[in-house]
Amino acid sequence: MIRDTIILRVVIKLLLPAILLFALYVQFHGDYGPGGGFQAGVAAAAAIILYGLVFGVSAARKIMPQKLLFSLIPIGVLVFSGTGIVSWFFGANYLDYSPFGSDSKSGQHLGILIVELGVFITVFSTMLAIFYSFAGRSEALPSNLENDK
Amino acid sequence: MSFMQEHLPALQVVLPLVAASLCALFRVGYLSWLITLSSSILSFLVAVFLLLRVLEQGIISYEIGGWSPPFGIEYRVDLINAFVLLIVSCVSAVIVPYTQKSISARFGSTEQSWFYCMYLLVLTGLLGVTITGDAFNIFVFLEISSLASYALIAMGRDRRGLTAAYQYLIMGTIGATFIVIGIGLLWAMTGTLNLYDLASRLPEIKSSRPVLAALAFLTVGVSLKLALFPLHLWLPNAYAYGPSVASAFLAGTATKVSIYLLLRFFFTIFGGATFFTETPLPEILKILALIAMFAASIVAIFQSNIKRMLAYSSVAQIGFIILGISYATETSLTGAMTHMFNHAIMKAGLFLLLGAIMFRLGSVKIEELSGIGRKMPLTMAGFVILGLSLIGAPGTAGFISKWYLGLGALEQGEWWILVLIVSASLLTMIYIGRVVEVAYFREPTDEVVQLKEAPLEMLWPAYLLIAAAIYFGFDTSFSADLARQAAVLLVNAVY
Repeated sequence: MIRDTIILRVVIKLLLPAILLFALYVQFHGDYGPGGGFQAGVAAAAAIILYGLVFGVSAARKIMPQKLLFSLIPIGVLVFSGTGIVSWFFGANYLDYSPFGSDSKSGQHLGILIVELGVFITVFSTMLAIFYSFAGRSEALPSNLENDK
Repeated sequence: MSFMQEHLPALQVVLPLVAASLCALFRVGYLSWLITLSSSILSFLVAVFLLLRVLEQGIISYEIGGWSPPFGIEYRVDLINAFVLLIVSCVSAVIVPYTQKSISARFGSTEQSWFYCMYLLVLTGLLGVTITGDAFNIFVFLEISSLASYALIAMGRDRRGLTAAYQYLIMGTIGATFIVIGIGLLWAMTGTLNLYDLASRLPEIKSSRPVLAALAFLTVGVSLKLALFPLHLWLPNAYAYGPSVASAFLAGTATKVSIYLLLRFFFTIFGGATFFTETPLPEILKILALIAMFAASIVAIFQSNIKRMLAYSSVAQIGFIILGISYATETSLTGAMTHMFNHAIMKAGLFLLLGAIMFRLGSVKIEELSGIGRKMPLTMAGFVILGLSLIGAPGTAGFISKWYLGLGALEQGEWWILVLIVSASLLTMIYIGRVVEVAYFREPTDEVVQLKEAPLEMLWPAYLLIAAAIYFGFDTSFSADLARQAAVLLVNAVY
């Protein structure tokens, strides 16, 4: 059983913070260079998936509960679409971020950060939800568990 | 209101999108239904306002994110898509009051929310495809609506819904791939994705090979989505085994939006009827449309599942619409667009009534329906009226659109097409007649005897559509006249 391999467990624990940090770097670097919410979301989800692969899905569910995930998916979409609605209250067109800041440039900067945060949340939680639903299948089928042991 | 009036085009799409997210967030069945209901009705009102504004002041252009076209994404409403927006949002607004009864009887609270979330995402996608003026945006919205509709169909009562959804997924994805290849080729040749910018650049290079290849890819891709014979194979199973509400909604809207796309690509982008008639497309489309009208109607006659029968009938009716497009004249396009409108009303209504039968009887097999006309008189009476409209009996909406289609053929001196339209309509009479015969002239079976009339919540939305089917058979000032104005814009490639 993979869970008993001490080398894997230690290495994964060392890697996890690095992966998450890299995900955040990609997230916040997205408006200057390559990257953005989608890539960062995938990287962050990969960290949790890696954790789940080694320590078991139930352990992963403890740090990222399924219920929370299902709520995060629409919250990300709402952050994105809500940003556009906020633009309306500034009298601008949908998703026009220019009025968010003191000048158009800083406004656009802030707007794209918020929107990318929405993308991050939805991509991250969708990736994990897919992983959980596939990984959860073997737990639901007792015969598969037998084979694993 | 004046504040929002400016932003109506964005609101049309944002409204169902935000509502879908809220359904997924709260995951409480009844609340989700309320959210769906209110956002559907509001979407319908937005579509009405948009149409009124277009009639009043002409084309509305909206710059998403404040980026001016052709660089940014433009939402652009003219008479053509205002008409389609109205069809889609109207069908949706009528169906939602009906859904609560049938969906809450089958699913738990959470699943209901997922259902409404998917429903609203389909609506978002369809409205988005229709309203956007950006070719790539079309693809994105098309995928939003398609992916959500696969999930909707998989939620059917019948487990065959799963394979049907999978089949639809594969076919739909191939269609989407073709569309994106076509759009990619157009982009490579012109360097623009804005539909109206494309329209101004394409005439110079329209006979170059990549552009023609793009046209071919777009035609096949969109034809897959709209289920034109012989690319219709996904449709019968999807409509037959999906939930009735989903069948009604998709039959009324999804294929109509694809037909709108076909019109946009053929006429607006490629420079009107003159270019279209230079290509071999009219002949190909005409032949396929005629085969669809006959083959699908004949197959429909031999179906034992009535939902499947109506699904095949949809393929046949799409044949009628494509026949109208193939002539590319003002009259024939009027017929095609009117039939789009009328068919959306009739088919959605018929599927809603079948859903009511399914709700009470648990089956829509034709042999199990004997004598049901005595036990569910209102439901079956509605079925007969909509059936007559589908056949094209005078005094119903179906007659008007077939009249224009026939007139379009006559204008071209092809009287034999008129004969074919009438004989295809006679085939419609046979399959509708089969249901009527079983429902009214046979002794009720033991199961049918115990039935009650369908609940009122399910009847009145269907009757709204029935009333519309009769009303638009007499007063064509809305349906056919608007369709004619839109047809003029299409034929002359005004944008």
